[in-house]
Amino acid sequence: MKIVYLDNNATTQVAPAVLEAMLPYFHDLYGNPSSMHSFGGQVAGKLRDAREQVAALIGASPDEIIFTSCGTESDNAAIRSALATNPEKRHIVTSRVEHPAIRSLYAHMAGQGYRVTELPVDKSGILDLEHLAASLTPETAVVSLMWANNETGVIFPVEKAAQLVHERGILFHSDAVQATGKIPIDMKKNVIDMISISGHKIHAPKGIGVLYVRRGTKFSPLLIGGHQEKGRRGGTENTPSIIGLGKACELAARHLEAKESPMQGLRDRLESALLERIPQSRVNGDLSQRLPNTTNISFEFVEGEGILLLMNEHGICASSGSACTSGSLQPSHVLRAMGVPFTMAHGSIRFSLSTYNTREEIDFVAEKMPPIIERLRSMSPYWTSVGQACASA
Amino acid sequence: MWEYTDKVREHFLNPKNVGEVENADGVAEVGSIACGDALKLSFKLDENKRIQEAKFKTFGCASAIASSSALTEMIKGMTLEEAKKVTNQDIAAYLGGLPQEKMHCSVMGKEALEKAIENYQGAPAKEPGAQIVCECFGVTDREIERAVRENNLATVEDVTNYTKAGGGCGNCHDAILQIIERVRADAKPAVQPKLTNIQKIKMIEETLEREIRPSLKHDGGDIELIDVVGNRVMVAVRGACASCKASDITLKHFVEAKLRDLVSPDLIIEEVAP
Repeated sequence: MKIVYLDNNATTQVAPAVLEAMLPYFHDLYGNPSSMHSFGGQVAGKLRDAREQVAALIGASPDEIIFTSCGTESDNAAIRSALATNPEKRHIVTSRVEHPAIRSLYAHMAGQGYRVTELPVDKSGILDLEHLAASLTPETAVVSLMWANNETGVIFPVEKAAQLVHERGILFHSDAVQATGKIPIDMKKNVIDMISISGHKIHAPKGIGVLYVRRGTKFSPLLIGGHQEKGRRGGTENTPSIIGLGKACELAARHLEAKESPMQGLRDRLESALLERIPQSRVNGDLSQRLPNTTNISFEFVEGEGILLLMNEHGICASSGSACTSGSLQPSHVLRAMGVPFTMAHGSIRFSLSTYNTREEIDFVAEKMPPIIERLRSMSPYWTSVGQACASA
Repeated sequence: MWEYTDKVREHFLNPKNVGEVENADGVAEVGSIACGDALKLSFKLDENKRIQEAKFKTFGCASAIASSSALTEMIKGMTLEEAKKVTNQDIAAYLGGLPQEKMHCSVMGKEALEKAIENYQGAPAKEPGAQIVCECFGVTDREIERAVRENNLATVEDVTNYTKAGGGCGNCHDAILQIIERVRADAKPAVQPKLTNIQKIKMIEETLEREIRPSLKHDGGDIELIDVVGNRVMVAVRGACASCKASDITLKHFVEAKLRDLVSPDLIIEEVAP
């Protein structure tokens, strides 16, 4: 069965050019970049190139790039460094819709005696900067706000937020895992201190991440070890993955420079087809402040796991914010923070595209979805009563 | 991704008996949309008072739909007395098992069946005196008590898997724990739910002396209590036992079983060097 992969916010395929760039560093060029011999030393040169490619994508200097093992490590390193370098400050701020990498870390810090403020969002998933300003105190050590939300694609005004936070002498971190490569990021034009990036969301392999640390920011490493990454992250460099990530950043920069985004066109095509063909459906999240590849659609009175499994029968891959798919019993914390009603939250499906998706795939999904929803609704005890209510109205 | 059996997949992809029975004899609705799953069950009896037709409508995940489909297949042809004896374990077994986290789907089926029968027989729809324990999912103390009793549940996590209680804000975890302890204490009236350490050590010593040492001595062996740390009972074996290859088995199957039975079900036997 052909796979139609619309789950690119979960992970992406490694781009063929990325894989090709990586392969020599597994066999022929396996040297350690720290070695004195030129067999190892030549790899160090390639790492420099990769660091420049990553820096170029986000408008940073190469020395502001620290390679890590994943986005979660970057988030941990950023927040723990902020706390270690401000030991007298015991208050930390974030939002209610963050990725578990930040949410769980903040919950852990709450257990260590930190006071945590979780900023609310409105029904479109938008953050109110006035709430942020009001939450800041002289006790605040760090504010962490995601650049773009993984479930809805909603973009936070992190650059303005960073300004506000910085004026008060507080560190600002942003989890930019979903935003990187999908929307332009230029660290020269903002005052954000640290951002986290993950390789496997932008067609590099799993197991490689980046922490950007602005020059001049005090930093306390998470992994203590060798001199790698200028002593900011010990451990022998994951050379093939770093080189792959460099290539992936170069490809992403090229896509961002292109005038037209075919991916956004396809996302819009899918969204409007589904809303038109399936009654009682709606998009979760602000329509304009949103990543070009993501749409989160709720189908009322059906449950997400059932939808996903029926989609799976057609080889279509996506995600859901329903309780049953999360392993917990509550629907997605993001949708709950937005006040999405239960009748809608349980039936939410996230479609996330990549540059590799085609119009044929999108039309295939738009054709398969309506009968899937109809079939589950015909089994739902709620659908009939609503149908009758609608008919009598 | 959940590991579903082929049987669950089959009943989800091709569910049997979807819909509502016309002129039903018994009807019940359990669950709610807020909880994430709900089931409407209806049945009709034939002239011999056996279930002739049973249908369902379910809002919920694949295992909820499969459990509903399985239930309607299972009860067809049963008398109401027979149907009353169907447990959530039976539903799960019919499907070749359900993931632990999904056991509440089978419990929902059992509840719907019970309420539909009550609906026909005119018994009280609500158990008197039941109190809501889990506010998030509207689960009562009676429902939790029954799940603990019938499925021999021991932890809050078990209760959440079977009833959903405690799966939301978590405020009711202490209350659930108390119910578990109460039910398990009732189930074994001879055992005190909370022993002090001194009581526990005393009882272990007495049990060893009275129930265990005589039979070990009979075989030329002996056992000595070295220490008790929490539920870990550290013992040393002596005499013939010390060189006996089967002493591990004796400790686990005989000594530990006896101590669990007579002192506390959580005890673990550990052998330490004599």
